[in-house]
Amino acid sequence: MDKIIVGLKRVVDYNVRIRVKSDGSGVDTDGVKMSINPFDEIALEEALRIRERGDASEVVVVSIGTSDAQQQLRTGLAMGADRAVLLESAEAIDPLSAAQAMLKLIEEEQPGLVILGKQAIDNDNNQTGQMVAGLWGRPQATFASEIQLADGKATVTREVDAGLETIEVDLPAVITVDLRLNEPRYVKLPDIMKAKKKPLDTRAFSDLGINTDDAFTVTQYAPPEQRSKGVMVDDAASLVAALKEKGLIQ
Amino acid sequence: MTQTLIIAEHDGTTLNPATAKCVACASDLPDTTITVVVIGSDIADVAASAATLEGVSKVLSIDSAANDKPLAAVFAPQVASVAGDYDYVFGPSTTFGKDLMPRVAALLGVNQISDIMAVTGAREFQRPIYAGNAITTVSVKPDYKIVATVRAASYKAVGEQAAVAVEAITSDAALPDHTRFVSVQSGATDRPDLQTAAKVVSGGRALGSEEAFSIIYGLADKLTAAVGASRAAVDAGYVPNELQVGQTGKIIAPELYMAFGISGAIQHLTGIKDAGTIVAINKDEDAPIFEIADIGLVGDLFTVIPEIEAAL
Repeated sequence: MDKIIVGLKRVVDYNVRIRVKSDGSGVDTDGVKMSINPFDEIALEEALRIRERGDASEVVVVSIGTSDAQQQLRTGLAMGADRAVLLESAEAIDPLSAAQAMLKLIEEEQPGLVILGKQAIDNDNNQTGQMVAGLWGRPQATFASEIQLADGKATVTREVDAGLETIEVDLPAVITVDLRLNEPRYVKLPDIMKAKKKPLDTRAFSDLGINTDDAFTVTQYAPPEQRSKGVMVDDAASLVAALKEKGLIQ
Repeated sequence: MTQTLIIAEHDGTTLNPATAKCVACASDLPDTTITVVVIGSDIADVAASAATLEGVSKVLSIDSAANDKPLAAVFAPQVASVAGDYDYVFGPSTTFGKDLMPRVAALLGVNQISDIMAVTGAREFQRPIYAGNAITTVSVKPDYKIVATVRAASYKAVGEQAAVAVEAITSDAALPDHTRFVSVQSGATDRPDLQTAAKVVSGGRALGSEEAFSIIYGLADKLTAAVGASRAAVDAGYVPNELQVGQTGKIIAPELYMAFGISGAIQHLTGIKDAGTIVAINKDEDAPIFEIADIGLVGDLFTVIPEIEAAL
């Protein structure tokens, strides 16, 4: 396989406890740490491993977002990606338009695989990979926990509600990854220096000729209903008594 | 009057309870007629059971050998081919629905609303973002087909009704052969299903090993409860992935949730916040799970569990 495309989204870091603004207009992201979406990092790690064992020749990382997303692309390059493309937009891009933009890149780059995170941990949509595959008319293997490549096919183990499902797909295909696929490598300082010299191509999203979708308007952001702190009991007997009193156990 | 289409989930013989929860969600829409479509192979029984879900007006059955396994690439064009007449197209927010529905949405040229937790108007819905740390209200512009997944834990299954008609239809959509089912490996047991169980006993990293986790199974069996686990316990290999509860695992709403040795990362709490009563047992009195537990007990689970069993 010639090429793998990996999507990297810039999101609020996994460890940041997000807060809704008091006027309900959004979530407070001022000054918080931003990172690569953790699922996307796993996607990139997998692509790098595939290239390192000789099953692909090039890994291209792509992000759609503000110019700040260059930081995440640079991190991706430091991890080992060969080059990066930023489709720059000051506005947030809806999943369908993001999928259409990915399709344009796919048509240019002709990858054998597109590997994406199964969801981004900001909007938790879990849509874009399936949409890319649908628009492209190619297979999708979502929620992957194991990927094997041979003879122009991928055999993918998927984490599903029933357990582990294995499917076989013809390449090219879209794979979205789950948490247990691999453990992403740490970036080393010399790699960060090297990454600065790798190509990062920035293009205006608006030049792609995609009409972004304005169908959805978020009218309100609210904090979730809080569960109140309950009672502490001293021993197992009191616990069982409390559950019996509530009628939860006999 | 609007038209709603619900994509049934099933395993070939039994309707998944998430389908009845999608019907419950659709029933909250003002003035809508609900149709359920069942796609599969040899699915007369499943279609018949969908026909008895309260509030359903009609069941469509697309029964074909090609539909033997629920492959999104195969199902999506068929759903898209029948979705034309509908204002709403809903599926469950299970791995089946999450895999299928966005592909359907793309084929229909629309975005999807993921994880509806409440219907607040004919074209207005609530959904969680940031692992449930914020709830958004999303308004959809007029004349835009609403494709959505329904967060099952937010709904109670509808009851039963006298069966309505089942109409067998065929789809003329071209079906791809680029995606093939190989196998499914399932730890299916006689225990209640984690997603629908009234009681769940869950274990975390503190269990320490696969062997030690048997203490959780033992208590679960005594309580006729399902078994769950934190991501840490699954990552460590103590239990299979299908037992994971949380943002990226299963979102559940049992009447009783008992967490043993689970510290309570926000991603885990996201999966249980609709539970009726949450019980937490942890050695660390500062564990975040105590902040949301209805009943907490500081102690070593390996001593507490035998004591609980003795007190039952």
